Amino acid sequence: MSVRRLAEKQPASFAFTPENLEWAKAKIAQYPEGRQQSAVIPILWRAQEQCGGWLPQKAIEATAELLGMANIRVLEIATFYTMFNLAPVGRYHVQLCGTTPCMLRGAEDLKKVCERMIGREGEVTADGAFSWIEVECLGACVNAPMVQINADYYEDLTPESFTQIINDLSAGRTPKPGPQVDRVNSAPIGGPTTLTDPAIYAKVIPDGELPPAVTDEDGKKPGAAANVHQSPTPRSPIGDATDRRRD
Amino acid sequence: MTKLVVDGREIDVPPEYTLLQACEAAGAEIPRFCYHERLSIAGNCRMCLVELVGSPKPVASCAWAARDCRPGPKGEPPEVKTRSPMVRKAREGVMEFLLINHPLDCPICDQGGECDLQDQSMAYGIDSSRFVENKRAVEDKYLGALVKTSMNRCIQCTRCVRFITEVAGVPELGAIGRGEDMEITSYLETALHSELQGNIVDICPVGALTSKPYAFTARPWELNKTESIDVMDALGSAIRIDTRGSEVMRILPRTNDDINEEWISDKTRHVVDGLRTQRLDQPYVREHGKLRPATWTEAFKAVAAKLAQTNPKRMGAMVGDLAAVEEIFALKDLLTRLGVSNLDCRQDGSALDPAWGRATYLFNATIAGIDAADALLIVGSNPRKEAAILNARIRKRWRTGRFPIGLIGAKADLTYPYDYLGAGPETLADITRHSFADNLRKAERPMVLVGAGAFARADGGALASLAAKAAIDLGAVKGGWNGYCVLHNAASRVGALDLGFVPGRGALSARQMAAYGTLDLLFLLGVDEIEIPRGAFVVYIGTHGDRGASRADVVLPGAAYPEKSAIYVNTEGRVQMATRASFPPGDAREDWAILRALSDILKHRLPYDSLSELRQALFKAHPHMMRIGQIAPGDPADIEKLAERGGTVEKAPFGAGIVDYYLTNAIARCSAVMAECSAIAGGRTNMTAAE
Repeated sequence: MSVRRLAEKQPASFAFTPENLEWAKAKIAQYPEGRQQSAVIPILWRAQEQCGGWLPQKAIEATAELLGMANIRVLEIATFYTMFNLAPVGRYHVQLCGTTPCMLRGAEDLKKVCERMIGREGEVTADGAFSWIEVECLGACVNAPMVQINADYYEDLTPESFTQIINDLSAGRTPKPGPQVDRVNSAPIGGPTTLTDPAIYAKVIPDGELPPAVTDEDGKKPGAAANVHQSPTPRSPIGDATDRRRD
Repeated sequence: MTKLVVDGREIDVPPEYTLLQACEAAGAEIPRFCYHERLSIAGNCRMCLVELVGSPKPVASCAWAARDCRPGPKGEPPEVKTRSPMVRKAREGVMEFLLINHPLDCPICDQGGECDLQDQSMAYGIDSSRFVENKRAVEDKYLGALVKTSMNRCIQCTRCVRFITEVAGVPELGAIGRGEDMEITSYLETALHSELQGNIVDICPVGALTSKPYAFTARPWELNKTESIDVMDALGSAIRIDTRGSEVMRILPRTNDDINEEWISDKTRHVVDGLRTQRLDQPYVREHGKLRPATWTEAFKAVAAKLAQTNPKRMGAMVGDLAAVEEIFALKDLLTRLGVSNLDCRQDGSALDPAWGRATYLFNATIAGIDAADALLIVGSNPRKEAAILNARIRKRWRTGRFPIGLIGAKADLTYPYDYLGAGPETLADITRHSFADNLRKAERPMVLVGAGAFARADGGALASLAAKAAIDLGAVKGGWNGYCVLHNAASRVGALDLGFVPGRGALSARQMAAYGTLDLLFLLGVDEIEIPRGAFVVYIGTHGDRGASRADVVLPGAAYPEKSAIYVNTEGRVQMATRASFPPGDAREDWAILRALSDILKHRLPYDSLSELRQALFKAHPHMMRIGQIAPGDPADIEKLAERGGTVEKAPFGAGIVDYYLTNAIARCSAVMAECSAIAGGRTNMTAAE
């Protein structure tokens, strides 16, 4: 985190594309009358997508205008959330997680790869293809270290596999997102390590004999517990050890 | 009512009270930074922590309602402790955190000596810091000509953001970034556009926002503080004039819930430098087309010589916008003795006439009455420019909900939404058939606010009658409620109308007096808003070298409002007394004393030798002037009579009223600060980034 300011070089104008404007209006319509401002984050996000991954000043103003908000209110939001980029980013914007689990698993080395292959943090390469920033936890600690490139997570990285991904992207290929080692999602590397005994799966239920234990509908029915009132008023908390009340 | 025990003392408070209010009601002192009783609750400074017995952690008392406290195990009332060791430790901890990033620059800080943080760290903090790391540095922001920022000192209480958004209604301030990097700024550092922005300096609990014009000029402990009354608009806001020696250093608001609550407008606050520049500090006499400095005797003799050869029918007098009741009384007294009946206090050409009755020119509902009103029709007025504080009051009422507002007149940004009904008198004539009229008819206490500027036209009398008729038809004047409100824009106007400073039968009005060739001798008491043509011999009594003085043939230097003890009557009809805070510069004298001295030379000596004798005569003639701070209400029957007068109204739309809020009188026009504000407001400056 650091002080965030709008970029110095700004495009002269911004207008929502007709599709985005329609989408934004639909978004606004989801909220009750007088609460249009609730749509500000999705609309800013859409504006950022339209601008190629960052929010110019005019886009902030256009959003404020669209929602009838003061410019400063939208600027507050755009500067508060780090997911809004206030300066241009590359076509591939790498967000490198540097929080503790990833750092312990080698995020520092990935940072060096970024510095070598892309350049300094926050700067866009000359061809406009890449930029990178270090971010706080992206919530994939099990697969640390990891980066997010545009909308995809690339996990279980090593400097080599990360270099390969960047090379693939710059060559126009599409690398496989997700873990870059031999595992499915966050399952153990090399396959399951528990519940491997086939015997526990031995009892095979023939198709159609038993209904499923729980269906999607069950969650919507009021259960017995929902109708039980324990007591009309909660009891006052027990004061201290001398309180010998019993039910 | 909810029972609470605060520090062992049982009290009963309304359930909607916060713990902080409850503790204060019980006499306990709760330190706070972000909490302000006229703003929404933020709860982010944590200084107001108290111990709520049964709660594992201290609670922020400003954001905890009395009704949300749980009773004790045996049903005893909730207990709050404000002096327990836990509270003490919590306060010390909060204070230590607040001071982590606060620079220790009190010796060079303008807030020093009147700083909440300073005072509270003395009272509730610990004696030293354990913080050895670097402090955070924040860029200073440009917020316009009035507010100087020193953002390192900001503790992010967001009082300024809440004030500008909620009270001023001009959402231009915000907090960008987050956490340690949170910064208070306006959008891209553009200047603020509120007429109330000076107040954010007052509510800032630290020295982050200080007054730019007052920067580094004085320390609070070397100032003499005088409680007085403002004259920049017709509200008569309560102010405190801070002087050092005879120089007025700054003007601050005083709390007066009947008028200005605790805010004042920027013109009231920052006109101070106008009191020093372009002052008339000695008499002048025009010789060979040029004004030359003269002595009082020379000046008086010049007046006496002219007077001796002039017929009283060819003499006249006008009263300006800033004149006090005493001097108007003395002037009227003197001119009546001279047999002059061409008197007028309505230099804007208004048709308001005291003969119609006092209720026809007062803000009858009173300013505090706005809080009780439940519908409002604004006619020919822009309250934001004419009385910024009153506009904030309307906005405050609007924010509480169910307050339909209609506007007839020029469109303007009033900081609250309104139904625009029309531009001219024909809308007013048809108001009863307008769909908006239902809002007023259904309301229990509807208000019709008419700008005094609306009457400043040839058909003003008929317009006043039309407005009164509309008010009566809409049910604004009824038993126990008089919602017919005239909003004046000159501090002197109601007082002068009360004294009957208007043309006698067959005499000339201000417009006629200002026409070419109608008069030979004209007395101007601080009259600067009207063009006097060549021909007449003009005697100007005033304070500043403005339009009136440059036209004058004899200039008699008077005292500005901080320099005299004087009575003013505000637009509600409230009589208030201003106190003298400093002295007139050079040879200038108090205006009533000038008139008294002049009367001696003119051989019509006024029968009072001191201000108190003058006041006795004044009180005898106008007993309501005696009741300082009170309103002598007008008779609602007068409004009905006015409604019956009728008359033909022209179609011309209402004017926009005040064109430039910052330059409405001679003092403001002499102020460099006001000139800069005016340039910023008019978009005549490119300076938006930090200088």
